[in-house]
Amino acid sequence: MVNKAAYRRDRHTSAARRPYARQTWAIPALFAINAAFAALCTTPAAADPAPARVVSINLCTDQLAMLLAAPGQLVSVSDLATDIRSSSMVDQAAAYPANHGGAEEVFLLHPDLVLAGTYTTLGSVDMLRRLGVRVVQVPPVNALDQVPEQIIAVGQALGREDAARKLVAEFQAGLAALAVDLPPATAALYFPNGYTTGKGTLADDVLTRTGFANVGATAGLTGGGTLPLERLVLAEPQVVVTSTPYPGASRAEEILSHPALAEIRKKAGISAASDADWVCGTPYILRAVAGMRQAREALK
Amino acid sequence: MKLILPLLALLVALLFAASLLIGPAGLGLGESLRALFRGEGEAMVLVMREIRLPRAILGLMAGAVLGLSGAAMQGYLRNPLAEPGLIGVSSSAALGAVLALQTGLAATLPLALPLAALAGAGASVLLVLVMAGPRGGALALILAGIALSALSGAVTSLVLNLSPNPFAAMEIVHWMMGSLADRSMSHVWLAVPFMVAGMAALLTLGRGLDALTLGEDAAQSMGVNLPRLRLVLILGTAASVGAAVAVAGAVGFVGLVVPHLLRPLVGARPSRLLPAAALGGAAMLLAADIATRLIAPDRDLKLGVLTALVGAPFFLHLIWRMRRVEA
Repeated sequence: MVNKAAYRRDRHTSAARRPYARQTWAIPALFAINAAFAALCTTPAAADPAPARVVSINLCTDQLAMLLAAPGQLVSVSDLATDIRSSSMVDQAAAYPANHGGAEEVFLLHPDLVLAGTYTTLGSVDMLRRLGVRVVQVPPVNALDQVPEQIIAVGQALGREDAARKLVAEFQAGLAALAVDLPPATAALYFPNGYTTGKGTLADDVLTRTGFANVGATAGLTGGGTLPLERLVLAEPQVVVTSTPYPGASRAEEILSHPALAEIRKKAGISAASDADWVCGTPYILRAVAGMRQAREALK
Repeated sequence: MKLILPLLALLVALLFAASLLIGPAGLGLGESLRALFRGEGEAMVLVMREIRLPRAILGLMAGAVLGLSGAAMQGYLRNPLAEPGLIGVSSSAALGAVLALQTGLAATLPLALPLAALAGAGASVLLVLVMAGPRGGALALILAGIALSALSGAVTSLVLNLSPNPFAAMEIVHWMMGSLADRSMSHVWLAVPFMVAGMAALLTLGRGLDALTLGEDAAQSMGVNLPRLRLVLILGTAASVGAAVAVAGAVGFVGLVVPHLLRPLVGARPSRLLPAAALGGAAMLLAADIATRLIAPDRDLKLGVLTALVGAPFFLHLIWRMRRVEA
C-alpha cells in the first residue's frame, strides 16, 4: 500500500524509511550518477568562495545547513523542516522562509547554491542546473557511520569545513558515550500499514548499536517493506517502536491500535515512538540512539 | 434441490475453517486449532483469536449481507441488475463511514461509524427506489446507480484528500475496493449486530417477494403490504450493507453474481433464494479473501479486485442476454 507520508519523505529525505522495496533497484544507479556529479563538483567547489545565498530543498540538508551555515548564509529551507513529525529543528526552521522544492520558486530566491537530496524531485534539480544554479545533492544516510561524511559534505558545500569538523567531533564523542554492551534483545519497528524497516537502514543501525536485534531484519527484509501483523506477533519482540499517528483518521494507522499489537506491547512493557529524530542522518539521531539505549537498559 | 442449503452451509463452513488456517505466519494445523480452542501458546492465541478469527467472521458476515441484499433487491425490483455495489448503496455507505471517521465522530462515539454508514446506505436505497419507480425499470435503475456511485465516490475522495492525515488520501482505493486485512474483534462487535439485525429483517421478506413475482396487484390482493415490504427492504439493506461497508469497504458484484448462480438451483423462488444467496455470498467473499492471502500474502490485495474480476464479465454477460431478450 502506498502511503503519502512515506512519499513525502521520499521526495525530500533519506531512503531509510522509504516504503518501496521495489524502488531499491534505483539506488545503485543513483549513487553512481551522484558519485560522478560529486567528482565533477568538488574540485571547483573547494576553490570557490563560500556561497552567500543557500537554499535547501531537502529535509535532511535543511537541518544540517541550519546547524552549519554562517549567519545570513542560509536563505530558505523546505516546508518539511517545520513539520513536527519529520523535523528535529522546527523552532529554528520557523526563522527561515519555507520553500516547496519547486524549481521556479527556488530560482526566484536567487541562490548561488541549492542543497538537495539524491531523491529530491529530480525534475526541479535538473531545471535548476540548466538555469545555471549550482546544486549539491547529498545521498541519504543508511548507517550511523555515514553521518560524519554527510556533515562534512554539507560543510564543504557551504564553505564551513571548520564548523563541520567540530560538529563531527561532537557527534562521534556523543555516539561513543552511548555505546551499549549488552546481548541483543528483540525489537520491532512498526509503522502504518504494517510497514517496517530491515537491514541496511538507519533505523536498523540504531537498533543494532543499542543492543537490539531488529525483527524486520531477522524476517529477511532489506530496506523497507511490510511485515504482516501475524508474523510480528509470533516474533514476540521485547520492544516495539511505532510512530505517532497523524491527526484525522486513517485505516493505515489503525493497525497501530490493533488489540493483538496492544497485547504484544503490554507484554513488552516498553514501547518507544520513532519520531523526527529517526528520519535523518543529523546529530539529532543521537537522541534516538539515547532513547533506545535507555529502553535496552530498562530490559535488564 | 432440497440439498442446496445444507451443501452451501457445508461449503461456507469449509471456507471459514480455511480462512482461519491460512495466513502469512504459516502455522501448523494442530497448533492453530489448539491455540484457537484451548488457548495454548500465547503468541499463537493472539494470531488465531485476535487476527484471523475477526477476519474470518467479517468475511463470512459481509459476504452473507451482500448476497442476501442483492437477492432481496432483485426480488423487489424484479430486475436482475440490482446489486448494492452497482446501484451505489455501498459507495454511499462508504461515504457515511468516511465522514464519521474524518469528522472525529467515530473516535468519540464508536457506534457513529456503523450508524453513519447505515444512514448513507439508507438514503441511497431510498433514492434509487424512487428514481427507478415502482416497476424498477432496468435503465433508470442502473443510471441512477451510476450517478449515485460517482457522486458519493467523488465526495469520499474529496473528504479523504482534505484530511490532515497523509495516509487518508491513499485509502480511497480501500473504500472503493474493500479489504479485510488487520481487522480486529472490536470491528466485529461494532458491525455484526447491525448485520444480523439487517439480515433478519431481509429474511422475513421471502413470502412477500414470492407474491410479488406475480405482479404488484396480485401481491396486494394476496394480502402483501407493499409499503411495509418496501420499508423493511430499505431498513434491512441499509443496516446490513452499511455495517459491512463501514468495516470492510465497498466490495462489489457479490450481490450480483451469487443470486444469479443460485436462482436456477432454488426454482427461482425468492423465499428460497434469500437464505441460499446469503450462504453463497458468504462462500464467495471468504473464497475471495483467502485468494487475496494466497496470491499476495504481504500486499493487502483488495477484495473488490477479485470479486470484480469475476463479477464484471458476468455483468456484461447479463446485459448481453437482456439485450437479446428485449430485441
